[in-house]
Amino acid sequence: MRKKNKIKITVNGKQTIINSNFSLKNLVDKLEIPLNKIAIEYNREIIDKKKIKKILLSKNDKVEIVHFIGGG
Amino acid sequence: MKNKDKFIIAKKNYSSRLIVGTGKYKSMKECAKAIKISGADIVTVAVRRVNISDKNKPLLMDYINPKKITYLPNTAGCFSSDEALRTLRLAREIGGWKLVKLEVLGEKKTLFPDAIETLKSTEVLTKEGFKVMVYCNDDPLMAKRLENAGACAIMPLAAPIGSGLGIQNKINLKIIRNQTKLPVIVDAGIGQASDATQAMELGCDGVLINTAIAKAKNPYEMAEAMKYAVISGRKSFLSGRINPNLFGSASTTNIGII
Repeated sequence: MRKKNKIKITVNGKQTIINSNFSLKNLVDKLEIPLNKIAIEYNREIIDKKKIKKILLSKNDKVEIVHFIGGG
Repeated sequence: MKNKDKFIIAKKNYSSRLIVGTGKYKSMKECAKAIKISGADIVTVAVRRVNISDKNKPLLMDYINPKKITYLPNTAGCFSSDEALRTLRLAREIGGWKLVKLEVLGEKKTLFPDAIETLKSTEVLTKEGFKVMVYCNDDPLMAKRLENAGACAIMPLAAPIGSGLGIQNKINLKIIRNQTKLPVIVDAGIGQASDATQAMELGCDGVLINTAIAKAKNPYEMAEAMKYAVISGRKSFLSGRINPNLFGSASTTNIGII
């Protein structure tokens, strides 16, 4: 029964299991990532960070969360 | 001379003509300290996936404050226009960055830029409102085409990225410098302080250095050496050098010789 409420999505190339009612905002919060330091791509589309509350995640969604690292 | 000699990129004035890359350092702490010593007020940064399994991994922004130092997002590791566009659109989304460094690489061994993909990306990014500083080969014709496509700075290489070989084609760099009103920043291939000075003495407007500082035995000392090399080269260029002469010319007068 409990398993039904979980879905599989891919976050940064890794399979991740989340609650089926998760929004993109819930995911970011769960991962404890500071929103002001990242950008998010949802199924290859760049997302306005102000709108992540409204995006509900579904099975097999692909999320990319990026930030700045050292580079030349 | 000091006050009038401005280094302007996309209408913004910068105090240092040395741009520093933030890759390859032993730690973020080392990177931040070297940047401080270098006096750079622009640093290049790359866009990568957040490590979701290690939440305690230090973040670049915790060490280098983007409010104090201009972050210049780059497209390091991109081998096609699509990858580069995706990367820079994401970079912009992180925090509204419009000033970006485009580099589209052609192949892994030399890391030479792919001119066609680079030109294509410059056109698209410019239309999207980006201010694009473009890494390119030391080819004056391509530099001109990039300028026509809307680039805000031309960044020709001195030699392959990370090679430390120094400037290989002085003449081409000089032609690129003389044919454009855009800032020309020598990017890639600098190995030592004299290379940076030479770039500035050719009239180039700035230098971008990463490996030569990050991988020096003492990155802090090298950061300082590069800082002064760039200042020195610029001053030397502006001061108007003497004409080279094949023969000697005594520094001391013969009048009153005993």
